[in-house]
Amino acid sequence: MAHAHTVKRHKGLMDWLTTVDHKKIAILYLVAGALFFGIGGIEALLIRVQLAKPMNDFVTAQQFNELITMHGTTMIFLGVMPIIFALMNAVIPLQIGARDVAFPFLNSLGFWTFLFGGLLLNLSWFIGGAPDAGWTSYTPLSSTEYSLTHGVDFYTIGLQIAGLGTLIGGINFLATIITMRAPGMSYMRMPMFTWTSFVTSAMILFAFPAVTVGLVLLTFDRILGANFFNVSAGGNPVLWQHIFWIFGHPEVYILILPAFGMISEVVSTFSRKRLFGYSSMVFATILIAFLGFMVWAHHMFTTGLGPVANALFSIATMLIAVPTGIKIFNWLFTMWGGQIRFTTPNLFAVGFIPTFVMGGVTGVMLASAPADYQYHDTYFVVAHFHYVIVGGLVLGLFAGLHYWWPKMFGRMLSEKLGKLEFWTFIIGFHMTFFVQHFLGLIGMQRRVFTYLPNQGFDLMNLISTIGAFLMGVGVIVFLINIGITAAKPRNASNDPWEDGRTLEWTIPSPPPEYNFKQIPLVRGLDAFWKEKMAGNKEMTPAEPVGSIHMPSPTILPFIMSVGLFIAGLGFMFTSDDFGNSFMNFIFSNYIVTGIGLAITFGSMLVRSLYDDHGWHIEPSELNEKGVKA
Amino acid sequence: MTTPHAEQATNVLPHEPEKATLEGRNKVLGFWLFLGGEAVLFGTLFATFLTLRNQVADGPSASELFSLPITAAATFILLVSSLTSVFAVQALHRGNRSSLAKWLGITVLLGLAFLVLEIYEFTEYMHEGYSMTTSAFSSAFYTLVGFHGAHVLFGILWISVIIGQLYKKGLTVVTAPKVYVSAMYWHFIDVVWVFIFTVVYLLGKVVG
Amino acid sequence: MMKPGKAFKRLVPLFLGISLLLSACGREDLSALRPQGPVAEGQFGLIKLAISIMIGVMVVVFGIAAYVLIRFRRKPGQNEVPKQVEGSFKLEVLWTAIPLVLVLILAVPTVQKVFAFGEDYSKDKNAVKVNVTSHLFWWEFSYPDYGVTTAQDLIIPTGKKIALQLRTADVLHSFWVPSLAGKTDTNTDGTVNKAWLEASKEGVYLGKCAELCGPSHAFMEFKVKAVSEDSFKKWIEAMKAPAVLPEDPAVAEVFKSQCLTCHAVGDQGGPAAPNLTGIGSRESVASILLNEGASGKPGDRKPVKDNLVEWLEDPQAVKPGNKMPAPKDLGLTDDQIEAIAQYLADYKLSY
Repeated sequence: MAHAHTVKRHKGLMDWLTTVDHKKIAILYLVAGALFFGIGGIEALLIRVQLAKPMNDFVTAQQFNELITMHGTTMIFLGVMPIIFALMNAVIPLQIGARDVAFPFLNSLGFWTFLFGGLLLNLSWFIGGAPDAGWTSYTPLSSTEYSLTHGVDFYTIGLQIAGLGTLIGGINFLATIITMRAPGMSYMRMPMFTWTSFVTSAMILFAFPAVTVGLVLLTFDRILGANFFNVSAGGNPVLWQHIFWIFGHPEVYILILPAFGMISEVVSTFSRKRLFGYSSMVFATILIAFLGFMVWAHHMFTTGLGPVANALFSIATMLIAVPTGIKIFNWLFTMWGGQIRFTTPNLFAVGFIPTFVMGGVTGVMLASAPADYQYHDTYFVVAHFHYVIVGGLVLGLFAGLHYWWPKMFGRMLSEKLGKLEFWTFIIGFHMTFFVQHFLGLIGMQRRVFTYLPNQGFDLMNLISTIGAFLMGVGVIVFLINIGITAAKPRNASNDPWEDGRTLEWTIPSPPPEYNFKQIPLVRGLDAFWKEKMAGNKEMTPAEPVGSIHMPSPTILPFIMSVGLFIAGLGFMFTSDDFGNSFMNFIFSNYIVTGIGLAITFGSMLVRSLYDDHGWHIEPSELNEKGVKA
Repeated sequence: MTTPHAEQATNVLPHEPEKATLEGRNKVLGFWLFLGGEAVLFGTLFATFLTLRNQVADGPSASELFSLPITAAATFILLVSSLTSVFAVQALHRGNRSSLAKWLGITVLLGLAFLVLEIYEFTEYMHEGYSMTTSAFSSAFYTLVGFHGAHVLFGILWISVIIGQLYKKGLTVVTAPKVYVSAMYWHFIDVVWVFIFTVVYLLGKVVG
Repeated sequence: MMKPGKAFKRLVPLFLGISLLLSACGREDLSALRPQGPVAEGQFGLIKLAISIMIGVMVVVFGIAAYVLIRFRRKPGQNEVPKQVEGSFKLEVLWTAIPLVLVLILAVPTVQKVFAFGEDYSKDKNAVKVNVTSHLFWWEFSYPDYGVTTAQDLIIPTGKKIALQLRTADVLHSFWVPSLAGKTDTNTDGTVNKAWLEASKEGVYLGKCAELCGPSHAFMEFKVKAVSEDSFKKWIEAMKAPAVLPEDPAVAEVFKSQCLTCHAVGDQGGPAAPNLTGIGSRESVASILLNEGASGKPGDRKPVKDNLVEWLEDPQAVKPGNKMPAPKDLGLTDDQIEAIAQYLADYKLSY
């Protein structure tokens, strides 16, 4: 075969920079997500230290506003999103019986743009000051008139680049799930995590372009002097709120739906039962996504949209409780009659259910507009969204990470440490956020850098701070667990939890780069379980052993993202005085921006001109590798 | 298993070469999805424009500013270019490389003509002192129409590169999907322009 | 399943229990759980209803979860495969229908209250109209019917509807008096909001800005002082009285040239900064330096004059990011600051 192995194989760092293998990209997403999650976590702890006692001066008011802005933005866009993408990358091609994603090149591009967007945003701490207008960056507070540093520019351009990566990832997973499923895997045989990721990707596709536009408008206002939100020239600040939340509310469901999927997989596996009410779970997922686009104005009840709009958005929001309730009860009845094993992933999943219910019920409370006039922008809201995002999503991510860790890395995490993690984290979590409901109701508004004594806030804030540190301990135990595990031999079996139900458990841990030597034939929901029950140890292959076509590694996605990073940075500083005529010249004439864009579009051109023929793995090699893996 | 070489492929080109390979099918599907996202992007820009279209502050209003003949001409040019890109795809399905390249070339030229008219229009406004910073309406106008113009520019460059590839690599199962999705893209920006012509220019001129 | 009537009877004690529990929470003048007027009472009613329903939901879910987790643990040596149940149509219908009913129970009063609180009283002859304008980081209250403007302390008569029109002079803020009414954002021109509130009894209620507005967002507080109708009238008269300027002509000159360019007293001065008429009888200086002898609520209180001196010595130290130039930068000496503080502290209104 003329084309086999003409491809250059990279090693070490270059391997990671050029990889298009979804399993390696998953690890890149995980590392980057962990980095940003860590940064966001440290910001959270600094916030809690500042609020531990009244009239504290641990940080200044300005620093506090930067901390809350960066904490929210980092956690949402750069912390949990990539960890979700990590698990989607690691698991979905395996669950649908595919050798790769639909667009391996785009997959890599999505990661690198996300990473460079995130790095650009965090660069703000070192040059020019961090954004300080809240993660929502409401205008006019985020306009150049009131936010004097470059912070908000880092926010708009950093998120723009990172958001582009997310959008690319969403399109990739939609196409992958539509076209790359193994023979026999109809839509209604897809594992629940694949389903929720599918719906989440669709939501990304329709929600992210809205924030792209919003960020463009704010960027133009700040850098080009446009007037979208400038009242004196006819602009409308409320427009920003609409655009932000038309994206922002679906974003919340983009985050939580994959967690629902993970919980479904974990609960079903460790109850040794199929998911109860699979088709109504699918239906509920789609319904939640649909309703998620209809309720954005419930973030704006106090904006003054009028009673009719408030009433309609109240009712639409309350309706989301119905499909969510369906999910909760289906999980409970999946466990009913099962044989529940309390492994670490299942502990997190079981902890998720009541915690998420608490977040859900406060969500319904918030949906009632007149009552929301009291809850809005208080610690009640802070408690609510941390219950759904941390108590829901992050617990889901922990469950998913522990569950699929052996599949990703070939090593089982320590169960003993896992249980310690779970208990410290969940106790810390409830300590931190339960009291915040009451803080809000008794009059503490959110985003305050400190508070006067004697308002009845002191004790609850102290409890909250202690809880936050306990959560921190839980995360550190997790990191220790990862470290210890990394030193252990790579000996996880194909199906390390013994009760695996889906296709990812039919192949080695970690899987070889081509995933499946032969694409499996799927004969029902929970394909692997079905074969096990029929007494088979393996899947029936749907094809003979043959040579496998693989995409070539490429550095272009990395270079394209560097180009965007340079262009973004250049655009931001077009009107700054560097006290250096050369620097002023190249920035104010858009030369830096131009160079960055030239790098990006030039790489695109290169990609278009030179066809990637890929390379092949031959059957003879498959056998060798099969043994090694 | 080898990827077909150009010279071989032109002889045995399948009926719909853009969908002959998994990569090709993925590309077409992925591009449909991408256009879905683009539709939301332009939808948001349109919503912004509609919110701000009467917020002219001290600047001129739509009816004072716009000249319909130029934009009508631009509309006509772009619609014709959509037709020529349909001809191009028909040539693709016939496997006729030179006809394909010819129609793509005409599409590019029409696109350039459109762009020249748009640049002329923008410079006229600039000379009248009507810029991005004049009013909320002007910001919304330049952003919406400018975004579309940037899409046209990208389309022109992209299709030109594809014409070059057709000459160098021939019409193969690798180049065919590129032609096909670029035609999809071109139709999409035409449709967006029809909306822009209606919502920005006609509505601005007629309703005020 | 329980019959609806029985379920309702079980909900009633739960409802009462929660009411009792919640009403013990927080300060009377600050907590949304201790309403002091009809708007906040209506909102508290909704909060109680919602919490009761939600606790009911949680009890059911937690109950099932606890049962399942205890009853269906995998026992050692348990190896037979559990029955693979596909689902149950009946159950799915059940847990779709019940939440729908619960949502409906909450939706009806929600819609009623949305319209009740959205009522526009700005044309009502019996209502007291107040234009609220928020600034970085202080509140301006003007009474268009009386031609009076004040700052920081909103004086209202009890038992009357106060019709508010809210706008901002700079960034978005949100007007919130938890014990009287929920929030209304103060938007920029073109999107001016209306709201209303009412205090049932006399007292001083704490108000806060609830929308992030900059460094001193946390300190952008205000007070609502509800007084009898009689006192309110007296207060209006006192506000309308000609300005009282410092007796010492030198101090008066400094005050006029340095302070009244932005601030106003009585009929003199400008509107850019808080109106100072009767500042000596206000609840606080700069909204967070609490004055002694005012409402007597808990807090680190100091004499008005000490607070004024602290503020005038270094405004940025008290309220970071505020727009007032430091008097010392304007060339005021310690003695002049002292004299102006003394004058302002003595500038009291009797009502």
